[in-house]
Amino acid sequence: MTNHNWQFQTEQSLVENHGLKLDEFEKIVEGLGREPNLTELGIFSAMWNEHCSYKSSKFWLKKLPTSGDRVVQGPGENAGVIDIDDGDVAVFKMESHNHPSFLEPYQGAATGVGGILRDVFTMGARPVANLNALRFGEPNHPKTKHLLSGVVSGIGGYGNCIGVPTVGGEVNFHPSYNGNILVNAMTVGIAKKDKIFYSAAAGIGNPVVYVGSKTGRDGIHGATMASAEFDEDSEDKKPTVQVGDPFTEKLLLEACLELMKEEAIIAIQDMGAAGLTSSSIEMASKGDVGLEIDLSKVPMRAQNMSAYELMLSESQERMLMVLDPSKEEMARDIFKKWDLEFEVIGKVTDTKRLILMMNGKEEASIPINILVEDAPEYQRDYIVEEPSPIKEYKSEDFDQNNILKDLNTMIMHPDLSSRKWIWEQYDHMVMADTVVRPGSDAAVVRVHGTNKGLAMSTDCSPVYCKHNPYEGGKHAVVETWRNIIASGALPIAITDCMNFGNPEKPEIMGQFVECIRGMGDACSKLNYPVVSGNVSLYNETNGEGIYPTPAIGGVGLIKDLSNVKTLSLKEDGNFLCVVGKTANHLGSSKYISIIQSKEEGGTPEINLDTELRNGNFVMDAINQKLIASAHDVGEGGILVAISEMCMSGNLGIIIEIKTNFPHGYFFAEDQSRYLLEVSPNNYDECQKLANNNDVHFEKIGIVGGDKISIKNIGDQQVSALKRSFETGIEQISH
Amino acid sequence: MKSHVIVFPGSNCDRDVAVAIKNISGHQPQMIWHKETSINQSDLIVVPGGFSYGDYLRCGAMASTSPIMQDVVKKAKEGVPVLGICNGFQILIESGLLDGALMRNSSLSFICRDILIKPKNQSSVFTKKTQVAKMPIAHNEGNFFVTSEQLKKIQDNDQIAFQYCDENGNVSEHSNPNGSLENIAGILNENKNVLGMMPHPERAAELAHGCEDGKTIFESILN
Repeated sequence: MTNHNWQFQTEQSLVENHGLKLDEFEKIVEGLGREPNLTELGIFSAMWNEHCSYKSSKFWLKKLPTSGDRVVQGPGENAGVIDIDDGDVAVFKMESHNHPSFLEPYQGAATGVGGILRDVFTMGARPVANLNALRFGEPNHPKTKHLLSGVVSGIGGYGNCIGVPTVGGEVNFHPSYNGNILVNAMTVGIAKKDKIFYSAAAGIGNPVVYVGSKTGRDGIHGATMASAEFDEDSEDKKPTVQVGDPFTEKLLLEACLELMKEEAIIAIQDMGAAGLTSSSIEMASKGDVGLEIDLSKVPMRAQNMSAYELMLSESQERMLMVLDPSKEEMARDIFKKWDLEFEVIGKVTDTKRLILMMNGKEEASIPINILVEDAPEYQRDYIVEEPSPIKEYKSEDFDQNNILKDLNTMIMHPDLSSRKWIWEQYDHMVMADTVVRPGSDAAVVRVHGTNKGLAMSTDCSPVYCKHNPYEGGKHAVVETWRNIIASGALPIAITDCMNFGNPEKPEIMGQFVECIRGMGDACSKLNYPVVSGNVSLYNETNGEGIYPTPAIGGVGLIKDLSNVKTLSLKEDGNFLCVVGKTANHLGSSKYISIIQSKEEGGTPEINLDTELRNGNFVMDAINQKLIASAHDVGEGGILVAISEMCMSGNLGIIIEIKTNFPHGYFFAEDQSRYLLEVSPNNYDECQKLANNNDVHFEKIGIVGGDKISIKNIGDQQVSALKRSFETGIEQISH
Repeated sequence: MKSHVIVFPGSNCDRDVAVAIKNISGHQPQMIWHKETSINQSDLIVVPGGFSYGDYLRCGAMASTSPIMQDVVKKAKEGVPVLGICNGFQILIESGLLDGALMRNSSLSFICRDILIKPKNQSSVFTKKTQVAKMPIAHNEGNFFVTSEQLKKIQDNDQIAFQYCDENGNVSEHSNPNGSLENIAGILNENKNVLGMMPHPERAAELAHGCEDGKTIFESILN
């Protein structure tokens, strides 16, 4: 291991064990003018790892559109902020907790939820909804059952206890996650526009206050672990997983929101990844000031903790604040009321350095700018591989007598089946503002005390991304956009959670670059900017990377809750109409993967002009009260989407279509499509609106009965289909 | 009409129940922090749902020793109506105001979904207006148990407030979501002025909830 040219006192292996490259160490020595001590080395390691520094991704993330009429705060703060009228804002972000959740699914997922909740209430918002995006390995992989049940109970355990409803999410199963599951957690909060809190420290001499739980030895180097690949020995990393305490977080939430009503907080930052290190440096850097911290004052759970351990602990449920000194006592009383630690541990200085003291001895002195501005940033080599070719399928290769049998098989598959087993373990109704519960296109939560609501959805299709990262990136954004529109809302902005493999491999970096390009094009066209996000790289085990997974969380506004739409069919005699053209694109579809057990045929392409036209038409039709129910056509194609509407509404339908390729029509995953239930009275008006906007709109069925009847093909009882639908996920858990 | 909602560290349905009471009665309930020691004259004291003390030790056990609970017990014994919902039910059992125990759900997992209940006692101040009613449950420990002697006592004294049932009001194993003995969803004390129930009527109390069946429980006591 020893490098011949190594000329430093510090052991080379120590540097490598801190996840730092040798040239990065040279950069530290150059910046400091000397070699760092162990505490300082730990701090650099924590700040310069991929998870905290975004060193491989920053250059590309800057290319995403981040501004818009309703954007109050884009990326760069704890969470993004959008204007939702009347002086209200929505604050939201999605974050990954992949590596810890694979090692210890309950705690990994629970602390993922805890961390994202803190990001949101740090900004002064009361969290009102949790969502998630989960990927597991194959349903029959020996680890899947354990990981699925652990992650679901961890998410529920934390969210249920703190009293924030978990209202939505998505789950996929695919072999590429066998050794590296993904747990992405999203929180949405609501605040007043003139009461948003930021992290920039200010006011020389002002007290730096530590609040929340005591610091222990848990989670030391968690962020560094999250920036490395897994191998056979990864189980040994379990001690780096943090342990969550949702009860303390609930107290911290209430205490912070109570203090935020007063004019006392100058800056606030939660202690998430890399704990006290990243929070203090973030605050100093944003405020262009220095901080001096006396580590012996940090409330400790364990005895004899060193400066190194205190700075790198990832103990949960902690916050750092800069307070107005005249409000210190009042603030102390609030935290005392909630039985939480409150300790002044330092002050804001004009040195622009982070100075750490412990028992009178200086443990570290680092200029803030070399930690932040001078952090390494890489433009990694990348190769954009040719997208998988699009395959033309032919009608004669399919037996149309199998359509209803195939439907049954598909709907039982864990990728398409009901997620009820999962969301019944989440309290999705606490706070009593949940208007649309899990299981529809987007969840809708009322803004408390008003008649408006937020619609939220998380989405991504990793198979699409793998076979065409550009189209896959577009699709992830557009899928949330459609879900939000189908629920009756105006889509406003997104958060992204970029889960990829090792960025040092050019083909992985190429996937990242292309996904970003696709996302950016979709966001620009749809006026749907990115306001926050997170990057998780090195999702690999034994050199095998996961499929590219840019999970997107979208948020939209419903100005009048009477316009909320669900996917449940409502009334006998109504017409079911399809918006958008079907061109028999079966490539990469659920039909091909579930029925033919293949992954081939290329990713469906999205015409963003058509997407925008179709989406605007659906929004207009809903706002003009022409629509009874609405559903986007997603994975599985039209027949799966129709079935979902029937099962949710406990109603049947008679379908009559003109096609010479029924399998293509019913299971293709062509994009930009919706299903709308329209009463006969509104049908002409709807058709006219579609014609005026150059939108393909076509009646395909009449609601009624208790069967799905397809003319010339056959019948299927809705109740029997529903029994199949509800077994899919449960099969794994038993 | 004066009502009070007790707030423990970890309560999380305190606001929800206060909103329901305000909407139904027109009066804003007063929130009482658990460290307080007395409640003024009250027509209804609510012990709300949530995770008081994080459910640590045993659900409701630590909250039952909070300073305010002494006065809640005293007021209950004086006849003031006391309603415990979900974690509130667990707290009332731990304070000795109600019989029985709430064990982990028979499925061993948290359950959040709509269920149906119907009143067994049809004359108490809480249950007299309710028929078969739909409302959500959301709990991990709602599996009600009492000894056979206690069961006989609460049956003989008409203390079973609500039972889980189906659309037609049939009480069966199929309609039992959590394994509760006799499908018990809520019970009363001997004097019928204290009710503990696992379902959340405050989450089925307005049109936006998709169901208003929970209103009857508040209406019967607030009007």
